[in-house]
Amino acid sequence: MDIVLQQLVNGLTLGSVYGLIAVGYTMVYGIIGMINFAHGDVYMVSAYITAIVLALLSFFGIHSFPVVILFTLLLTIIITGVYGWTIERVAYRPLRNSTRLAPLISAIGMSLILQNYVQIAQGARSQGVPTLLDGTLRMHIGDGYVQLTYMKVFILVAAFSGMGILTYIIQKTTLGRMCRATQQDRKMASILGINTDRIISYVFVIGAAMAALAGVLITLDYGSFDFFVGFVIGVKAFTAAVLGGIGSLPGAMLGGVILGLAESLFSGLVNTDYKDVFAFGLLVTILIFRPSGLLGKPAVEKV
Amino acid sequence: MSSSINIKKSVIDTLLAGLLSLIVFGPVIGILLDGYDFTTRPSLLLTMVAIVMVGRFAISLFVQSEKGQMMLYKHQNNDDGVIVLPPGHKSKMVYIVPIAIIIGLVAPFVATKYILTVLILGLIYVLLGLGLNIVVGLAGLLDLGFVGFYAIGAYGLSLGYQYLGFGFWSMLPLAAIMAAVAGAILGFPVLRMHGDYLAIVTLGFGEIIRLILTNWTSFTGGPNGVYAPLPTLFGLEFERRAKQGGTPFHEFFNLPYDSGLKYVFIYLSLFMVVCAVLYIKHRLVKMPIGRAWEALREDEIACRSLGLNHVLIKLSAFMMGASTGGLAGVFFATYQGFVNPTSFTFFESALILAIVVLGGLGSTVGVVIAAFVLTVTPEMLREVADFRVLIFGLLMVVMMIWRPRGLVRITRTGFAVRKGVA
Repeated sequence: MDIVLQQLVNGLTLGSVYGLIAVGYTMVYGIIGMINFAHGDVYMVSAYITAIVLALLSFFGIHSFPVVILFTLLLTIIITGVYGWTIERVAYRPLRNSTRLAPLISAIGMSLILQNYVQIAQGARSQGVPTLLDGTLRMHIGDGYVQLTYMKVFILVAAFSGMGILTYIIQKTTLGRMCRATQQDRKMASILGINTDRIISYVFVIGAAMAALAGVLITLDYGSFDFFVGFVIGVKAFTAAVLGGIGSLPGAMLGGVILGLAESLFSGLVNTDYKDVFAFGLLVTILIFRPSGLLGKPAVEKV
Repeated sequence: MSSSINIKKSVIDTLLAGLLSLIVFGPVIGILLDGYDFTTRPSLLLTMVAIVMVGRFAISLFVQSEKGQMMLYKHQNNDDGVIVLPPGHKSKMVYIVPIAIIIGLVAPFVATKYILTVLILGLIYVLLGLGLNIVVGLAGLLDLGFVGFYAIGAYGLSLGYQYLGFGFWSMLPLAAIMAAVAGAILGFPVLRMHGDYLAIVTLGFGEIIRLILTNWTSFTGGPNGVYAPLPTLFGLEFERRAKQGGTPFHEFFNLPYDSGLKYVFIYLSLFMVVCAVLYIKHRLVKMPIGRAWEALREDEIACRSLGLNHVLIKLSAFMMGASTGGLAGVFFATYQGFVNPTSFTFFESALILAIVVLGGLGSTVGVVIAAFVLTVTPEMLREVADFRVLIFGLLMVVMMIWRPRGLVRITRTGFAVRKGVA
């Protein structure tokens, strides 16, 4: 019983982070109808930036947790956002009117570039960050107990606030309205005076910012990372986006949480070695039997 | 379309690019992590920013010049699938192909052992490129898990030898069939999917195969890998002592033992297979099935409206591509003498994709050249080996922007009505 509960708690934190990254996939897919293959690597870059910002802050003698975490989040999100903007500008915008295959291949190219660039710049060995938040919350249930580190509590709070802020931006602000208009009909939106190219750039920046939030949280929790972490987590976040219904924002968050829970339960109760196989298998199964996901609209093929 | 050059705009573009690259490169290049500490590299950072600024300025000026405007115009209006040559066009390939075959046949007897191994690697990638080119280049289905079929071929040989006692020659066709079946199994569920979903599912498929190979230790040897048998020629082996129960080649012919001999043999058999695949591919694209693949790539809806069975077309493309990948896997395992899962990562798929993209989607000659360029160059120039993935990535992005159909465009000789008929 306590194992199941523990795995559910772990899965919830993991899933909330998947949800943050899945948001980037789902928004980009919603607006330009293609998968941003480099998104996982944007997450990876943000992990490196987190470590660099932390090192800088400790160099300047700043050690109080709230200040450190605030600066780290702020700087990482801004710099990663610039990465998102640059990627869109270099690898996607020139291909706006190209064949369907072209932006996909250039996105894969971008993903390889990011991985190798970080590998060359920072070395191939894995890097680490110091622990910022110690301590564990422990709840006794029957004979066993469920434990939750303070860091995990922080992840849950931060991830869900991040999603809340994003939902507010998309639903209530002018920018969000323009995003939604562009997503529904790009040509019509541009006729109505929306600079759709700029909106697409903003969507990439928002996606990168959410990935950066995930990057800070996961990096602080795990403590170590390398230049290859973006690949697997990228595919899993994509699975989450598809599970929830690609193009749907609440779907991405829901899909993330469900995938996180499913993966944790699988690795806790069945087999840890095959947890990635499980996630990939789940992805393939959903795409075959329900490509529109849980909350997505079924795609209608227009001729 | 004005031809005057606006210097002010270029300068603004350049400054913006410089600022952006400072933010982008600043933390990752300017600061080198060293444990929880760091060292700074300001000169490297400034060099990178300077390169970006100079490049942006040059591009900005060029695009505004008359020549640049012309190029942009041509680029936007040049998206035909094939170039149709005038009827009666004589291809120069009639002379090039025999020369290439002769050079290819003579090469192993004059080349050193090292060059021979590099050539074998190049030919293996030619096979892989040709296989993927059927799926991506001809049928337009982006397959990111092609390495899975390669792994099936390689592990097919090793495990077939270990558990069933099959040798190189019996596994060669069997591995091709196994890979084709795997291709069909993958092909069935993805029939309804389009570009992006297909890419992700195939990527998942490739990763699942690799993860199973890594984790099913009792059957595949896990991360430690398995040994692959050496090839034999009519039961003659190419080692100093016979291990598979035959006679060594050099003893049979009373020759001094030469460890390079097995590479000569692998090279020659591989060369034959590559030639056969090239020939089959060359014929296939002229047959209805090849035309159907290309029609599917250009417009699936139109293709189905004309009564072509898209299920059959997609499946056949997948199976043909996969079986070629399987063949390449058998040769890879035999050449290495040993396989383990690290040879079958996503990078390998990306490399094969880079070959196809650089060579030209659908073009055979382009793929052969690209395979050699992309595999032999990093082998020869060890200094660039570290940067090779970066170069592949840059190649993919630049090629898609500059020439989305690859360096060598597909050409086809046109047909003319005979004189006196019309």
